[in-house]
Amino acid sequence: MTALLETRGLSLSFGGIVAADNIDFSLHEGERLAVIGQNGAGKTTFINICTGLIKPDSGSVMFDGKVITARSPRDIVRRGMARSFQIPQLFMEHTVRQCLELSGVARQRKLSLFTNLGKANDGPGVDHILELVGLRERQHELCDSLPEGQRKLLDVAMSLMLRPRLLIMDEPTSGVSTEEKHDLMEILMEALEEQKTTSIFVEHDVDIVKRYASRVAAWISGAVAADGAPDTVLADPTIQREVLGI
Amino acid sequence: MGVDTLLLALIDGVSYAGLLFLVALGLTFIFGVVRVLNVAHGSLYAFGGYSAASMGIWFAQGAGSITLSILALILGAGIVGVILGYGLMLLLHRFRDRDPIIQLLVTFGAFMVLEDVQVMIWGTQPYFVSDVMFQMGDTSLLGVVFMNYQLWFIPSVALGVYVLLRWFLKHSLKGRQIIAVTHDREVATALGVNAGRIASFTFIIGASLGALGGALASPTTSLVPGVGADMIVLSFAVVATAGLGQISGALIVALMIGIARSLSVYFLPQFEVVMPYLIMMAVLLIRPQGLFTVAEARRI
Amino acid sequence: MIKRLFITGIVFLAVLGLSVAFPWMRVPLIMALVYGTAALGVVVLLRAGQISFGHAMYMLISGYTVAFLSEAFPGTDGIVLVLAGTGVSLVTGMVLGLFLVRYRGIFFGMLNLAISMVIFTIVTKFYGMTGGSDGMRVPRPSLFGADMDRAGYEATLLIILLILAVVLVFSVQQFFRSSAGEAMASIKTNEDRLEYLGVSAKKLLWQGYAVSAGLCGLAGAFYGLSQGLVTPEAGYWLKSGELVFISILGGSAHAIGVFVAALLFEFVKMYASILVGGSWQLVLGVTLIAIIYFLPDGLTSLLRKKRQTAEVRS
Repeated sequence: MTALLETRGLSLSFGGIVAADNIDFSLHEGERLAVIGQNGAGKTTFINICTGLIKPDSGSVMFDGKVITARSPRDIVRRGMARSFQIPQLFMEHTVRQCLELSGVARQRKLSLFTNLGKANDGPGVDHILELVGLRERQHELCDSLPEGQRKLLDVAMSLMLRPRLLIMDEPTSGVSTEEKHDLMEILMEALEEQKTTSIFVEHDVDIVKRYASRVAAWISGAVAADGAPDTVLADPTIQREVLGI
Repeated sequence: MGVDTLLLALIDGVSYAGLLFLVALGLTFIFGVVRVLNVAHGSLYAFGGYSAASMGIWFAQGAGSITLSILALILGAGIVGVILGYGLMLLLHRFRDRDPIIQLLVTFGAFMVLEDVQVMIWGTQPYFVSDVMFQMGDTSLLGVVFMNYQLWFIPSVALGVYVLLRWFLKHSLKGRQIIAVTHDREVATALGVNAGRIASFTFIIGASLGALGGALASPTTSLVPGVGADMIVLSFAVVATAGLGQISGALIVALMIGIARSLSVYFLPQFEVVMPYLIMMAVLLIRPQGLFTVAEARRI
Repeated sequence: MIKRLFITGIVFLAVLGLSVAFPWMRVPLIMALVYGTAALGVVVLLRAGQISFGHAMYMLISGYTVAFLSEAFPGTDGIVLVLAGTGVSLVTGMVLGLFLVRYRGIFFGMLNLAISMVIFTIVTKFYGMTGGSDGMRVPRPSLFGADMDRAGYEATLLIILLILAVVLVFSVQQFFRSSAGEAMASIKTNEDRLEYLGVSAKKLLWQGYAVSAGLCGLAGAFYGLSQGLVTPEAGYWLKSGELVFISILGGSAHAIGVFVAALLFEFVKMYASILVGGSWQLVLGVTLIAIIYFLPDGLTSLLRKKRQTAEVRS
């Protein structure tokens, strides 16, 4: 079985700091990978390279068997790899519903000058996602008025609307209170399960990782230091010392 | 075309670049701190020119010495810079929390007002006071006679201002505060920099530079309504080509545009006026953020 | 909907009534509608958060197209001239847009300004073809095949422009609400995210740019027809600045605002020149700054405020 996402010899440095150090990595359909690592270990850089925001110095990225190295984010999204963001990236002057509608129309590539945004959509898709992430009550409010936690949810929900084959989530639970973290993950995992979406999520909370990941990759100084089943990786003494700080 | 024509074009170009640089410097300096492209900067140029010309006439009634003439230029520019610079700052202060586009339009409104005020004060007849240029004499280079005023006075004032400003920004407390505010207004304010005072100071300096450009230009050209409008688009071109807020960049681009323009005056006269814009388009085609801007990393 | 049609009808009749009762108002009303149409083009870009300081160039291009055609083919109908002028502006906008949509913010504004200055200069310098700064005359053509005297001609232009204004407000408003229009508006808030939805922001902006060039072209053609003269001044950056001013005054919330703003602009200008002679710019400048100060979001904010209070009450 070919890997869904595969990188070979991915390297990148910014002015002497090595952000990606010869990363060989692969992910298969159906996996739920948690990425752990200290701040500055190169997790977001890895995501940025895979999704086309940054070009690597050397190495290649393949998605679904095709080379996508240094393609534009737009092109990569259209091939079925979406991402969400550590800092929510919303359309602040649009309503919650409009943001999702825009995602929906974008997925269908049906942007048109002649159909109203509200009518252009496969309605149930938007309503379903709204229901799922619990934003139905606030669907007509401007994104600007949402609290941080709900912004985070909407950000992921916009990517879910794209029905991607692979969704990469950069710290979906950061900025969310500990009690709400599990609820949020439940919601996300349910949605991913339903859409049969493979996923990668960057996470700091060990409990969350243990509970939701099928596999864990630990990043140290721009390289994958350990990769495997959650129990094995989280029990590794080096990882415990360098990454988890136990 | 001989060597002498080329030399003529070159000297003309450098002298023009000096004026252009002073005006553009004021514009980019204000932009750096206040983040507003000041359309009324064109009026400062015009007012500086007219005011220096009036001063020149007034002073010339006495002895008419070279010192007095230079004093007239400086005083003319200084008065305009302080009064209008401070006035504009007060006006913009009322709109400080608004969209940059709105702030830009406020300066456009101010420009319209100042255009008429200028006509009310100085009328529509051309003004031309060039005593200082003749008082400074001329120099013969390779058989071509140059006015000393254009040959060395304007370029050395421009260069002097550049060196002084660089030194000031690097080594004085106020200069460093300006750099801090330019870099990150919030952090600078948190560290105790009085951003309001820095803004008014910057505005006065920037406005004075625009007015000085006009004052220095006044002996070489006749002043008519509309000079401000022409100058502001030119200095916009310099600032955008160099990259916003780039001081050394503005110097180099002003030289590029000044020399290219005067070369085209001699060799391709039809292109004279469009030259700066063609250069700007060519530069932005290759470097979309301007010649000297370091691309910022996007934060996501 | 019925209420809206009713209001449109009332405004329509009021403008016509005014122009019949006071014939001197015809020209300022025509000018207000012309500038409103052009500023509507600028508003389209404003929706995407971009400001052009050169859009008067599309008025200039269209105006000169009209002048050239009516010189080359005397007797061409006014409507044909308008279509030709608009078409040439639209195509120019589509071509220049390919290059300009790569830029944002100040750079977008300044490049439009630079191109407009180049066009302005070319028109001024090629005296032989364009008449230089004296401009070119546009002899009064027939409209829909009918030759008219001056009064009839102006009245017809006014009616055409009024109908056009209504149609344009509705269709631009439709454009704003369409999926492509809403996506274009999100260029203003988060272009990166748009790319991460697989949407090309450049393509959307290009569409908007073409529409805006077309609208300015339409305005430019009517400008030429109603003035009987086009001069390079019509494309100078000050004119572009005025268009930006009108569009900000109108606000980008609703397309109607810009016509109200244009009307205000034209009448302040007219009364100022009657009252203070040469100093109309001063009065205009002060009025504009005051309006920006008291109405932060443009004239359409009045509309919205009223609607909000109505919603609260109900």
